[in-house]
Parts: sequence; C-alpha cells; structure tokens
Amino acid sequence: MSLMDKCCEKCSNSQDNPCKNYIACRTAGPICHDDAGCKAKLAKSRERILQGQNDLVVRIGMSTCGLASGSQEAYNALKKELSGRGVDAQLMEVGCMGMCYAEPLVEITRRGGTSAFYGKVNAAAVPKIVEAYISGDSSGAMAVRARKGTLRGEDGVPLFEELPWNRRQYRDVMANCGIVDPNKIDEYVAHGGYRALAKVLNEMKPDQVIDTVKSAGLRGRGGAGFPTGLKWQFCRAAKGDAKYMICNADEGDPGAFMNRLTAEGDPHRVLEGLIIAAYAIGATHGYIFVRAEKGLMAKRLMTAVDAAQRYGLLGDNILGSGFNFDVDVMLSAGAFVCGEETAMIATIEGNRAMPRVRPPYPATSGLMAKPTTINNVETLAHVPTLITDREYFTKVGTEKSKGTKVFCLAGKVVRTGAAEVPLGTSLRQLIFEIGGGVANGKKFKAVQTGGPSGGCLSEKFLDLPLDYESLQSVGSIMGSGGIIVLDEDNCIVDTAKYFLGFTTAESCGKCTPCRIGLKRIHEVLTRITDGQGTREDLSQLESLGATLGNTALCALGQGAPNPVLTTMKYFPEEYTAHLEQKSCPAHICQNLISYSVQPSLCVGCGLCYKNCPADAIKFEEVFDESTNAVGKRPTIDPAKCARCGSCYAICPKHAIIKE
Amino acid sequence: MRKKITMESLSKEKIDEIVESAYQRHKHSNPMQSGLIILMQEVQSEIGFLPREALEKTSELMDIPLSHIYGVATFFHQFRLRPKGKHIITVCRGTACHVQGSGDLMTLLRQSLRLKEGEDTTQDGLFTVMQVRCLGACGLAPIMKVDEEFYGNVTAPNITRVLNKYRSESA
Repeated sequence: MSLMDKCCEKCSNSQDNPCKNYIACRTAGPICHDDAGCKAKLAKSRERILQGQNDLVVRIGMSTCGLASGSQEAYNALKKELSGRGVDAQLMEVGCMGMCYAEPLVEITRRGGTSAFYGKVNAAAVPKIVEAYISGDSSGAMAVRARKGTLRGEDGVPLFEELPWNRRQYRDVMANCGIVDPNKIDEYVAHGGYRALAKVLNEMKPDQVIDTVKSAGLRGRGGAGFPTGLKWQFCRAAKGDAKYMICNADEGDPGAFMNRLTAEGDPHRVLEGLIIAAYAIGATHGYIFVRAEKGLMAKRLMTAVDAAQRYGLLGDNILGSGFNFDVDVMLSAGAFVCGEETAMIATIEGNRAMPRVRPPYPATSGLMAKPTTINNVETLAHVPTLITDREYFTKVGTEKSKGTKVFCLAGKVVRTGAAEVPLGTSLRQLIFEIGGGVANGKKFKAVQTGGPSGGCLSEKFLDLPLDYESLQSVGSIMGSGGIIVLDEDNCIVDTAKYFLGFTTAESCGKCTPCRIGLKRIHEVLTRITDGQGTREDLSQLESLGATLGNTALCALGQGAPNPVLTTMKYFPEEYTAHLEQKSCPAHICQNLISYSVQPSLCVGCGLCYKNCPADAIKFEEVFDESTNAVGKRPTIDPAKCARCGSCYAICPKHAIIKE
Repeated sequence: MRKKITMESLSKEKIDEIVESAYQRHKHSNPMQSGLIILMQEVQSEIGFLPREALEKTSELMDIPLSHIYGVATFFHQFRLRPKGKHIITVCRGTACHVQGSGDLMTLLRQSLRLKEGEDTTQDGLFTVMQVRCLGACGLAPIMKVDEEFYGNVTAPNITRVLNKYRSESA
C-alpha cells in the first residue's frame, strides 16, 4: 500500500471531496476515525520509507552527474550482486548529494544500523564493497553515518557529517537530496513534505504567507537578490482577472547546476514552494519553465506534477480549501536570455525570447499581460521551510542575506560539487576547506563567481563573505551561485574572452548596445589574445563596458562586460603580458604558443604522430647521437600545427614542450 | 526511444501528418500561439529536424505567419533546419568545461571527423557535432554526450576511443 492511498473505506478523501487533513493523516493518522488497524497500516508504510523494509537499503545517486560518471553500470552491478547473493535488499535510485567528486556515490544501510558511503564506485568494485559491508567491515568506506545505538566513527572511518566537504554545510533545500526517491511522492510526504502547504491552506491567509516570507528575509536565489515576499506582495496587490505563477528552472549559467540538482533530487519540494507562492499571490495557473538541455530535471518535475495531480495537491479545491491551481511543465528551446523574466514570458507566449523594457514589471503586466510572479527553483525550494520551521532558515546567514545558498564548485579544485552553506561563508572556506583547495598542487589564480555576468576575483578577495552586497561591492555578482576556480594554467584574458564569446552568441539582438557592443568587445579581446593588441585597446574596453552597463536593455547586456572589467582591474599584469611581451603566461592563447619535441625525453613511440589530427607531425628515421643508433623521431611542422594540444596530452614521456 | 523516421520515408504527406497530429494535441493552447514552441519540439523529436514543409504546414494550421515561425525556429538553439547524423555528439562549452580544455577538445573532435568550417555533420552521415552551453555536470568537466550517453573527464585519447566505438557499431 502506498502511503498516499486510503487506509480503509472510512477515509472519505477523494478528488471530488478532498479532506483538509489529508497530509496530517498520512503523517500521524488516521485522524477522522480511530482504528488500531489503520493506524498500524499507515505507521508501517511510513516506517518502510524511513527505515526500509528490507535488511539492506542501498542508495545510489542517479542524477545527471552520477550518470556521467558511470552510475548506471554501478547500478547494474549492484543489482546483480545483491540478487546473486540472495540478500534481502532494496536498491534505490536517489538524487545527487552534491558530491560530484565522489560520484558514483553509494550508501549502504543495514536496517537500524550504520550506513556506509562509498565513493567512485565502479562495477568491478561492487562485489568487494557488498562483501565487506555484509561481513560488518566498513573500513573501506569513505564515511559512515551513525544511526541510533551504533558506534560513531568505527574502524577509523570518518563520520559523514564530519567530512571536510560536509562540515560547514547547513542543508535546507538539499535536505532530502540523496535520501528520498525523487520519483515517489510518498517518500517526500513521509519526510515531512507538503505539511507547509497543508498549514498554509488550512490556517493562513495569503497576506500572512507573504508576511512570513518577508519577515524571514528570503531573497531571490536566481541572481539579483530581490526580496521574495515583496515580489509576491506587488503581484497580489496588482489588479487582474487572472494571475500566473512561474517557476524559473531555465538554469542557464554555465557552471551552475544547483537547480538541476534540487529539482532532480527533490522535485516535490520545488512544487510545494510553487503552490504556496501561487496561493499567496492568488494565481490559478502556473508554469515550470525548464531548460531543454537538462532533460532529466524536466522528467522528474513532470513525474512530480503528475503525482501531485493524482493525489489532489494540484487541481481544483486543493485539500478542501477552495483554492484551485494547476501547473504545466514547459521545455525551453534553449536560449540563455530566457532566464530574463520578460524574455521567458515571451517564450511561453510562443515568441522569440526577447526581453522588453521594464516597467511595467511582470508583477503588474506579465504573461498574457496579466500579473505574473517568476521565482527561481532554489527560492521556491526554501519556502516550505519558512512555513514549518522559520527559525531553521533565519538562524544562519548575515543580517541582509538570510539563510543558505547552494554554491556549485567547479574548475581546478580538488573536490567539485554543490555545497549548501550559510550566506556569508567566505570564498576561502568554500574553496579551501570544502573544496580542498586547488587540484594537482597548482597555484590558485582566480575565482569566477556569478556566471557570465559575474567577475573574476583575485587572491586578495578570498576572505570576502559570500552575500549579495559584498560581491556587488567588488564588481561581481552572486548570480546563481556558480564558483569556478582558475589555477596558474588558466589564462585570465582567455577566460574573459570565453565569457564574452558566450554572451555575444547569446545576445538576443534586440538592443544595439548589447548586439554590437559585445561583438566589439569580443573582437578587441580576440586581438589581444592573438598578440595584435595595443594599449589603446584597454581604454576602448573600459568605455565599451561602461556604455553597456548604462544602456543595455536587460541584465544580460548590462552585466556582460563584468568579466572584462574585473579582470582588467584585478589582473592588469596578464593584459600587459599579452599586449607588451606578446606572451600568454599560462600558455593558453593559441597564437602565442608553440609545440616542439624535446629529443632527450622522446622514446620514439610514435603516439603523437598517430594522433595528430592536422598531419603536422613528421615521423622519420634520424641518427641519435646519445645512443649511437638510428630510430624514428617526431618533428612538428609549425605551419601545419593547429595547436590543439593532442600530442601534448597523449605523450607518455611528457616530451612535447609547450612554450 | 521513439523510432526515427528515415529520410527516404519522409514524404510531404508524412510531414503533414506529423504536424497535423501535433497540432491536434496543442490547438487548445490559450492563446493558441503559446503552443507553437511545444509543437515544433514534438515535430522535431519525430523527424529529427524541422524541414521547410513542416514549418509551412504549421503556419497554415496555426494561422501564424511563416516569417514568425522561421524567426522562432532560428532563434533557439534546440531547433535545426537541416537533417542530423545518426549519432549526435554534444560537447559542453560551459565555464568549468572551458577551463578544463573543452575548446581544444572541440577542435580535436572536428578535426578527427574532418569537418570543415560551417559543417556540423560528417560526410557519411554518422555524426553530427553540436555544442551545448552547459550540461550542468560541471564537477566532471570536460564533458561530452553521444546521443543520451554521458562521458565525463574526457581527454584527447578518449575521443578517438569513443568515436571508434560508434564507428564499429555501425560498420
């Protein structure tokens, strides 16, 4: 029996006659009648979800990042191993815990016992892991999670919560990720889900909901940090015969994947936040606008919407409150600018994604010219907590930036993934404590925050607290919370050029400053990285940057020069090297580097010759003086060389020199 | 996966039929134009791209000017107006992938497939190379996708191995 089904014929909950105590009944029921049998049935359903009904529960992360690192093969191997052994086990597909560096990640739990976490599990390692765990040896695990009555940190294995990756984390939106099965609504309900919705519909007026969100200090997690409660209030106050509530799941910032992770791992939390928001503003219809490239996120959200409709949490007269609300999941067709509110609205209406001048803001005239609120996935995922346990949210963060934020750590860092930490955590804590510092013993060069509209910050800003105002004060932005670490092998000018290439291609072309200005900036940067730049180029970049910031129509154009302006300010020496010495200190800019063979290291294996896609390597007999023998040795023809670096990457003796 | 329609079987009647059936599913969108992008997505997922005939039929059925439909089709990355190869290789060009060298991987891949400037599909129709802004698996950068299969931490030697795998499958 599913936890969501009727316990017996006495339960009168149905689509036509929804029960207002439905959720409370599933969590501590039954409520309308006293029956020991029903009580036991519901308790058993809950226990089965919370404790597992089998001797062993094996959870494996099957989100996009898990799948990319081979969790499907690990899953198949686990399935085979467990059934081969005849163990009474339940194999669960869960969302991602945010520890991308350890994917595929497997958690094995004995009923009522310690769970053990195993990282980077491949198919070959599966039999050994299962054998060891069953025989009571968790010494090979990455971490253990103690349950009631078991030893803490046995066999010298660290506790999960005390891993450097987890120590500073404070989980709110990601609380269920990696724990619940995202495809099952009853798992979310058993873990306390939809209680906030029930409370809102049964006990609170829309204005009270808005006040709660306002006083908790929740700000938009999509980038700009606008107070969420205020946004709702404007929309509630606006006049219109229909209102719309949109969830922005068009996560487009390269380097940010927190929305994907939240919606893939715990889609019902996002949906619950969305329904509460709709109730607060008075909307009867909503959209979840999902990025097309993130197919699994869309699929999980659609499954969640289906389940919520089936159990009466969407549709007419939700939980008997008289409130009607339904949702469509719409796939974006792929355009970065769709993340801008008015561009998103244009897309839903079947137009090219072009922003328009604001005001009027969507709160007064949005989708189909009706009052509309658009909130980001992560913003909405905070909402249920604000209703049920406001304290938990407000306890952390800074005075102006309350609560937590999920940051995505990627680039040249030891541990990559998504970490949820209190706002105000410093960049140093995030990169060096949680992320474990720069990978491969390289030197830290810069950190890029906030995606294409953000900035590149140097070492001196590492103690900057991550909150909306602090980042803005140094020319960057919070953005969606992507944190990309660059090391000494990354070229700063190339990074700026990369972002400008991105925004130039993604500019919708409506306003002149963005359409033409970005192209000009990109040309100047290309000139510099090609070794053709002059000092005047720098002042031109500054003036173009200022013009865009002041005149572009939307945030895409206004913020696009930030990567250039911040790198010029904080890394002037890199620009000087490209302009004056015509050299790229990191050996990245292709026109400023060359490849050659170091004869003393070359063993003549011919791999570089075989793998050169440009046929630029000759492999001919030469006389080697040191060995006094004739052997084949490669030489690179600089005229043909495409500088792709494949010889450099493939040489087993590191005999290819890049300079 | 739904069975792909081969180019040979793609007559104008067949295209009209596909567009018509998508139209029947979305004609009640309110306003009707809001069903346009979803309709085009469905047609593309069946045919593999949007042939001119499909756009013309859409225009006729939805009573939207062809110029508007063409505008939408050319604006979004998802829509293609030319046929695709048998396998779609998608290279992620997000920031994390960029700093881990995905630009070089793209160059290498295009060279290995002998693709000329402006081309995205190999002569033999086996591969189409596309780039994507960000696949959101940044922790495993650089990342690429062949059809629905993900490859993380891709290196230069990997690329040859992956390509050969698909080549030998269709040989």
